[in-house]
Amino acid sequence: MDALRRTLLKGAGATGAIAAAIAAGVLKPSQALAAEWNKNAFEARDLAGALKGLGAGGAADSKDIVIKAPDIAENGAVVPVDVASNIPNTQSISVLVDKNPFPLAAHFDFANGALPQVAVRLKMGQTSNIHVIAKADGKSYVAAKEVKVTVGGCGG
Amino acid sequence: MSMNRREFLQILAAASAAGFALDSRELLAAQGGGKLYDLPRFGNVSLLHFTDCHAQLLPIYFREPNVNLGIGGAVGRAPHLVGEHLLRAFNIRPGSLDAHAFTYLDFAQAARAYGKVGGFAHLATLVKRLRASRPGALLLDGGDTWQGSATALWSKGQDMVDACKLLGVDIMTGHWEFTLGAERVQEIVKKDFPGKIEFLAQNVKTTDFGDPVFKPYAIREINGVPVAVIGQGFPYTPVANPRYMIPDWTMGIQDDEMQKVVDEARGKGAQVVVLLSHNGMDVDLKMASRVTGIDAILGGHTHDGVPAPSIVKNAGGQTLVMNSGSNGKFLSVLDFDVRGGNIQGWRYKLLPVFSNLLPADKEMAAYIDKVRAPHKAKLEEKLAVSEGLLYRRGNFNGSWDQLILDAMMEAKGAQIAFSPGFRWGTSILPGQAITFEHVMDQTAITYPYSTLTDMSGEMIKNVLEDVCDNLFNADPYKQQGGDMVRVGGMSYACDPNAAMGSRIQDMRLDGKPIEAARTYKVAGWAPVAEGATGEPIWDVVTKWLRDKKVVTPRKLNEPRLIGVAGNPGIA
Repeated sequence: MDALRRTLLKGAGATGAIAAAIAAGVLKPSQALAAEWNKNAFEARDLAGALKGLGAGGAADSKDIVIKAPDIAENGAVVPVDVASNIPNTQSISVLVDKNPFPLAAHFDFANGALPQVAVRLKMGQTSNIHVIAKADGKSYVAAKEVKVTVGGCGG
Repeated sequence: MSMNRREFLQILAAASAAGFALDSRELLAAQGGGKLYDLPRFGNVSLLHFTDCHAQLLPIYFREPNVNLGIGGAVGRAPHLVGEHLLRAFNIRPGSLDAHAFTYLDFAQAARAYGKVGGFAHLATLVKRLRASRPGALLLDGGDTWQGSATALWSKGQDMVDACKLLGVDIMTGHWEFTLGAERVQEIVKKDFPGKIEFLAQNVKTTDFGDPVFKPYAIREINGVPVAVIGQGFPYTPVANPRYMIPDWTMGIQDDEMQKVVDEARGKGAQVVVLLSHNGMDVDLKMASRVTGIDAILGGHTHDGVPAPSIVKNAGGQTLVMNSGSNGKFLSVLDFDVRGGNIQGWRYKLLPVFSNLLPADKEMAAYIDKVRAPHKAKLEEKLAVSEGLLYRRGNFNGSWDQLILDAMMEAKGAQIAFSPGFRWGTSILPGQAITFEHVMDQTAITYPYSTLTDMSGEMIKNVLEDVCDNLFNADPYKQQGGDMVRVGGMSYACDPNAAMGSRIQDMRLDGKPIEAARTYKVAGWAPVAEGATGEPIWDVVTKWLRDKKVVTPRKLNEPRLIGVAGNPGIA
């Protein structure tokens, strides 16, 4: 079953899924995204600048943002991070890697009642906190988790 | 029977002065060895557990560490107790059989007196005895079984797979198994194991969809009681070992998934839930505090022979955490009394396997002979005689590692050498011949390449800091369970309690400070990156030993330690 699922998805290509998402109104088309590109936030070179760009400087700590990420990354080039917000009316989720050259790694807007849950693969050069900002009803919330990036070897 | 350590040493001295053959059954008997294995049955659910045997089919010597530091919340707690600290904590009499089994104290003399430990033929006898007294008992293997010897490497684990089937292993999990490559592991699980051994690991998933690679748990009925065994492979295999060996698998600790598996097993009626873990003991202790519903964790990876369980309280009650040592030296016996669907009581004993007290099982001995026969001459070739004691375990260095470092630096003309902080590898007594097999006991891996690299002082510092954090991070979930990389040629200081980036200090070569921007020639082996090449390390060491013929006692290069005075994890 799993092999079949894999083959089907490979055949269909990832674009199919994205097209479906856009058609369903869950994701906005690229033109719209481009128009809303938050240059100040994405081009900020430190966490404070990125948070300022997002308008999330005074975000409140929240346990309703759930970050699933490895304690130690298996491969710093593709660190799997899953984020879900249990805050009612979550309208956007932003993912930031504090020590990356450009900390803001991803920003998602949720429309039409889409579930505020995303899975991303992040590139990380060194051990760092990952900060997640969720916005709901005009307020900002934040949670963080550290992911260790190591050169490896020498175990056991 | 009430011999203390001084009396014991006097007896040894008198015995050797009188020319008595040591390695003596009489001495073992005088120490109460005859009764060691008379373990009365308790309850109705019994689990036998060994782990990290590292493919040692024959009896061996294995010295426990004199440095095993606990940091943060782990200071002074099991397993971070060595020598007399361990004896005191577990009320073990100095000079006793247990004192020899669980500590490094007077190792060479005691090992001569009591003989070798482990060996599958002797372990088989013990397993059979315990199974006779405990009908229905399950035999669990915590992994690191298919790696660690020449014959395991050359047969791609097959010698151990067949030995475990003969031994009657019911369930296993893994770590070094995965360094044979994903395909080979699947081949064994699918072709050799069905109907014999179940390979369980709840935390190994595919990288694409997160599908399980192995069955997460099994429920077995023992004398009418449903018992769930959950498998947990070494979470950081893709970090600590070459990821390219298992490119499509992802691992990690996965507490949340573990809780789901425990709840599912309980939902299916399991009255006892046991975790067969390769987390390492510090990770097991933390997991036991967070995941509820596990009655016992039978653990491995960190090679800690801990005489009694640590009892960890959590939101759902309590969990017993054990670690069953390594190299076939110990067998755990865990008995539960289960009545009315509940555990009413338990008993636990970590039995040392003294080969002289357990006759070899004939069938297993014949099997081992058969495995070794084609390679016997090569395995038993004497390369040199060691004047000193050679061992590996210890947080910072061991004399076997020092020998490897010395051989690499001389063979490659390196200024500095690194050798990985592996915890496996058997010990050699003073005056014993070093055979090719002994060299393979320290080096038999599927990525044995030795290397010579130009490294900047800054890079050397970064490597040392990185490995040191894997050992001393205050959060066990960020540790990897190996020891510090062994360093040759260069001196340094280490403050284990400092933050990452500040632990490694005062790095010097020939008394002069290492300069960040300068380049140094550094020898090493066991690179985890794909595409690495180089002469296998066993060839480098073998040539060096043949050339020396007599190996003088090694001078251990260990860091100057800062801030650990009084820590019971250092002797």
